[in-house]
Parts: sequence; C-alpha cells; structure tokens
Amino acid sequence: MATQTSAAVVLDQTAKRGPGRQAFEILHDWITTVDHKKIGLMYIGYALFFLIVAGFEALLMRIQLAIPNNTFVSPQVFNRLFTMHGTTMVFFVGMPILFGFGNYLIPLMIGARDMAFPRLNAFSFWISAFGGLLLYFSYLGGDGLYGAGSAPDVGWFAYAPLTARVFSPGHSTDYWTLALLLSGVGSIGTALNIVATTICMRCPGMKLNRMPLLVWLYLVMSMMVFVTISPLTAAQIMLMLDRYIGSHFFDTQAGGSAVLWMHFFWIFGHPEVYILVLPAFGFASEIIPVFSRKAIFGYPAMVAATVAIGFISLSVWAHHMFTVGLGAWGNTFFVFSTMTISVPTGIKIFNWLATIWGGKIHFTVPMMFAVAFLFQFLVAGLTGIMLAVAPFDWQLGSSYFIVAHFHYVLVGAILIMIFAAFYYWYPKITGRMLSERLGKWHFWLFFIGFHLTFDFMHIPGILGMPRRIYTYEADRGWMILNMIVSSGAIFQAVATLVFVFNMIASYFKGRIAGPDPWDAWTLEWSTQSPPPVYNFAVIPTVESRRPLWDLKHPEDPDTNYEL
Amino acid sequence: MSDLAVIPHNSIGDWKLPSRGIVGMACLIVAEATIFIIFVVAYVFYEGKSLSGPTPHDVLELPIVTTICLLSSSITVHLAVMALHSSKVKSCSLWLAITVLLGAIFLCGTGREWYDLIYHEGLSIQTNLFGTTFYSLVGLHATHVLVGLLLLSLALFFSLRGQMTSKHTERLEVLSLYWHFVDAVWVVVFLVVYVLGR
Repeated sequence: MATQTSAAVVLDQTAKRGPGRQAFEILHDWITTVDHKKIGLMYIGYALFFLIVAGFEALLMRIQLAIPNNTFVSPQVFNRLFTMHGTTMVFFVGMPILFGFGNYLIPLMIGARDMAFPRLNAFSFWISAFGGLLLYFSYLGGDGLYGAGSAPDVGWFAYAPLTARVFSPGHSTDYWTLALLLSGVGSIGTALNIVATTICMRCPGMKLNRMPLLVWLYLVMSMMVFVTISPLTAAQIMLMLDRYIGSHFFDTQAGGSAVLWMHFFWIFGHPEVYILVLPAFGFASEIIPVFSRKAIFGYPAMVAATVAIGFISLSVWAHHMFTVGLGAWGNTFFVFSTMTISVPTGIKIFNWLATIWGGKIHFTVPMMFAVAFLFQFLVAGLTGIMLAVAPFDWQLGSSYFIVAHFHYVLVGAILIMIFAAFYYWYPKITGRMLSERLGKWHFWLFFIGFHLTFDFMHIPGILGMPRRIYTYEADRGWMILNMIVSSGAIFQAVATLVFVFNMIASYFKGRIAGPDPWDAWTLEWSTQSPPPVYNFAVIPTVESRRPLWDLKHPEDPDTNYEL
Repeated sequence: MSDLAVIPHNSIGDWKLPSRGIVGMACLIVAEATIFIIFVVAYVFYEGKSLSGPTPHDVLELPIVTTICLLSSSITVHLAVMALHSSKVKSCSLWLAITVLLGAIFLCGTGREWYDLIYHEGLSIQTNLFGTTFYSLVGLHATHVLVGLLLLSLALFFSLRGQMTSKHTERLEVLSLYWHFVDAVWVVVFLVVYVLGR
C-alpha cells in the first residue's frame, strides 16, 4: 500500500485548492458516484433521515393519544400523520436502509469490485430519493386548487373509493401515488442489480452453496421484489388513470370494485413484510454465528427455508382481508397458507438457537440486539398465528392489536436487526468502532421503550380500541394503557438520539477498528476498513463458506466439513 | 495494514458465470410480466361487468394482419442477432430495418383501431369498464412496443453507421430478448382480449 500512496502523490500534479472548492468537489463526487459503497451509504443516510422524520410523526400521534379527549392535533392532521408515518416507514425507511446495506455488503461479501450495473444503481437510488422528496413536498403542493388539505390522508394502504377524486380532492393522493410509483421503480432497479450481481459477479470458488447467508437472503428478497412491487406499480398506474383521466378501475359508481384494490394492494403488501424481514434474517445469520464463535447451524436448511418463505409469502395476502368476507373456502385457504409460513420461519429460529447452543457467546452490542430479535420476533410470530385464524381476526381486525402485532415485526425484529447491523458493520464502513458503552445505553433504553410501547399496545386492542382513531372517551378504560404506550415512545426516541450521537461521535473519536475487529469469517473483513474504492486489490478465491476461517486456521479448514 | 488478511489467489479451474446483461433482462422481464398479469387480471375480472355498452363483441375486430406483423418481427430480430454473430453487419442492418418496419405497422394498426373505436364506436377510457380495462391493457402493451421500437431504431442507427460489430452481439441479444417478451405478451393480450373475451 505504501508504494501505491507515494506513487499517487508523485502523479498528483494538480494544484492545491481552497476549502470551498473542495466542499463542492466532495458534493460533486457523491452526486455523480456509481460506487456501490457510496450509493449504499447514501441509501442509509437518506433512510436514517426519514426514520427521524417518521419517528417524529409517531411521537406526535402518541402525544395526541396519551390522554383522552386530547386536542394536541386536529383529526385532519392526525389522518395525515398516520398516513405519512406508515408510507414513509415502509417505502422510505425500510426499503432504502435494507437496500443500502445490501448495496454496501453484497459485492464485498461475494468478492466483487462493484455491482453488476453501477449506473443503474445510481439511477435507482436517485429515483427513490426523489420519490421521498415528492411525498413530503405534498405538505406544500398537496393543496391543489381546491384548498383541500395538504399531505396524503388516505392511510398507507389507501383503500378505494377513498382515493377517488370525489373523496380526495386536491393533489395530496397524487403525490402519494407518484411517490410510491417512483420508489417502486427504484426498488425494482436495485433488486435487478442485486440478482445480477449475485448470479454473475461472484469471485472464483464462491459457489451458490458457499455464499454467506446474507447474500442468499438478499437474493431471495430481490426476486420477491419483482413479483411483489410490480403489482403495486400496476395498481398505482390504475389509480392514476382513475384520478387523472377518469377511468373506472376502482370507481364503484361505474361498476368498479373497491375489493380489487385491496387484493392488488395486499398482493404487494404482505410479501413486502417478508421483503423487509428477510434482510433482517440475513443480518442475524451473520451476527449470531460470529458472536457465538460457531459456524451457522444447518446452512442448507436455512437456504431452503428462505426460498420456501419467498414462495409461500406470495399466497397469504388475503389474510389482511378476512373482514371483507371472502367466503368459507377463501378464508380457509388463506388461514392455512398463513399458518404454513410459520414452518420455515420456525426452522430459522431453531437454527439460530442451535447456532448459539454450546457456543462461546460474546455479548457485544450487535449480539445483544440479535438475541432481543430472536425473542421479539418469536412473539411477533405468535400473535401473527393468532391473527391468521379468521374468526379471531374478525374480532381484532383493525384494532390496536393489529397495530401492536405488526410493529412487533417491524420494530421488534426488523429495526432491532438494523441497529445490530449498524453496530456490526459500522467499523467496516468507517474504520472506527461504535462506542460499546453508548451502544449498551441505546440497547437498554430502546429495549425498555419498545416493550413498554408495544407489549401494552396489545391490550387496548383486545379491549376494543380501533386503530386510526384520533382520540377516545375517558370512560373507555384505555387511558392508563395509552399513557404507558406513549411513555415508551419517549424511551425509544431518547434511545434513537443516543444512537445518532454514538454514530457521529464515534466517527471522529471511536477506537480504530482495523480490517477485522470481530474476528469474523466472511470476505468483507479481508479488506481494509473502510474498503478502498476497488474493494479488493486482488480478487479473492474461496474454497468454503468461511474463507477467513480457512485462512486463520489452515490446520482445520471448513472444507473438511462442508458438503 | 500488516494484519490485513490476504486471500490467496488459487486457480480454480474454469470459473464461468452467466452474462449479467441476460440475467438483468430476465429480471426485468419477470417484473414487467407481473405488471401485465395484474392488468390482465383486471381485464378478466371486469369482463361483462360494464354497466353500459359498447361491449367487446360489438366493437372489436380480430387484428390478424398486425398480429402477424408483430409475431414475425420476433423472427426477424432473431435473424439480425444471428447475422451480427457471424459478423454480417449489412444483413444485420437489413433485418433490424425489417423488424422496425413490422413493429411500426403494428403500432399504426393499433392507432387505426383506437381511432375507429373512439370516433366511430364512441368507446373511450371513460365510457365503461370495458373501455377502462381495454385501453389500459392494450395501451400498456403498445407503450412497450414503442420503447422496443425506439431501442431497435437506435441499434439500427448504430449498425448503419458501422459502429456495431460482432462484439456487440450480446447487447443486441439482450434487446432481442425484450422484443420477444413484448411479442409474447401480445399473444396473451390477443387471446384474452380478442379471442376469449369477445
């Protein structure tokens, strides 16, 4: 390396420039970059920004609901808040942050120098980013000529005919539609890139059955994106035609069907949950083995379970629609398909437990998050099985029980594993360790806040509190519970601030990480931290699933054990 | 830097992976096919549910000629790829030109059909559910034909300028895959809209 640096100094004949010029160049560099690492970081940074925004919206809603008959926000504002919160969290936090990690990690993990289509990669990021800006521009431009409200207020699944011109005048719903359409185009582009990269760019020896599990999970997740985001795109095109040129897809007055929109939306909507959770499974499958000091248990079963989840998840959507009245056969089918998906998911949980079993566990911050993930995801799965039973769902559909259930998945499993991923890969990305002490504060505050909020949120649901109400009467008996739920939100907000502070402070003052701070086994730890633009000076060659283990333990390489 | 693990560069026999262009196009085709499936589902779901006329039986005619044109353009684009593969650039240009011509005839046929439907039969996208689903499904397909035509014309332009050589065979092949997909979609649309739905 030293020789390369001196050569660069000799060759670099450009004159020294002022700081302003330099700032402009850095900006120019980031805007025009096609490097997968920079694009990945831009995805992550953009998602973190929206995480703060949408988290703030959640806080406002919790303040409103903390006490009965509250007038902190108006009903109209409340409708906008839950619509924007849901839409932002799914499309402009969940998707981009996971694509960001995928972009950053996949080429490094399979020993490639970049994604298969670097320019498409940049295009996908910028088009998604533009979608997010468009969604929030609705606060300014959503009024239209009608004076009819600003941001979208139709809920994140925007049921017809509420989205029709008559019921949603102004442009707010159009902004919602266009934002999702653009984000969908970006998602399909990035997913295409991930599949092509995984299939075509692996380094010599990296057979499919030697890929890190994270790469497998991203591969399956990306393939799901094609058949999942596309129905949403198609439905958005139909909604736009309805709103702009007066077609009748979802116009019940002209014989159109509101239920058709529900089908189209949930054909997207349910697999989307798996699209979000599969990368989280991927993080767990990398972090748990490293901190248990054991190879992952049952690699082939993990891969098979992932593929099975991918397929089964395409046939469960109508469990969101039990209350519509699908008829006995429809209900029965979707009850059983929904129950079936818990089998491969259960296989995964048992394999993670078996990986921990008998291991030499290191309770670092990423591992703490991963263990919390295991328990919380289990509980989320159990309430999921409860809701899969159609008669139970008739009782609790659209109540706070549902809200608690899916937040248990989205926050308790996905967001928790995203935090774990930050603690685990931050050293690789920046070259410095995140502070473990602040990390533990972050973990415990968030853990307490999460359980205060979402454990107690189940109960008002069972007591009959519907979702999306902006206030409630004092004599309902929901007050104490809502107060606890809201106070938990404050813990989570503080924890997130600790996390953000940790990321910023550690960037400047963190301990230097070195290339391989966790003594890990996958290829990304074989290069410098942060990795050079070209990732690997020499394209590596691998002979097992844990190339760095083979290197560190030549006397006992993995090749002796793997099938 | 000294503790940096260096992965040894062993030689691993033949290490050949699929071409990323073809894999990428295959992914795009899966995604696009899903969009079309949703539009076809909407068409079938709303079949016969229009509250007023005209119905498909009243106004639709089988577009035999344009269908033959579009389907045979799949053959000509394949011949163009084959010609480029064996470095016959002139013959490649010829086949590309024929492909573009056939595609353009198809688009003109669709335009002609729509003109008749709108001005003589009084069927617009706002008229009824048939109009809504018909124009959106056929229009979505026509949009894909248009995009394919633009890309093929670009390829034709490059091959006429002599900038296309057998090195570019794979790229033209990727484009031809897209064109085959557009044709295959038409087979489905033709069956659903003009044969079964009429």
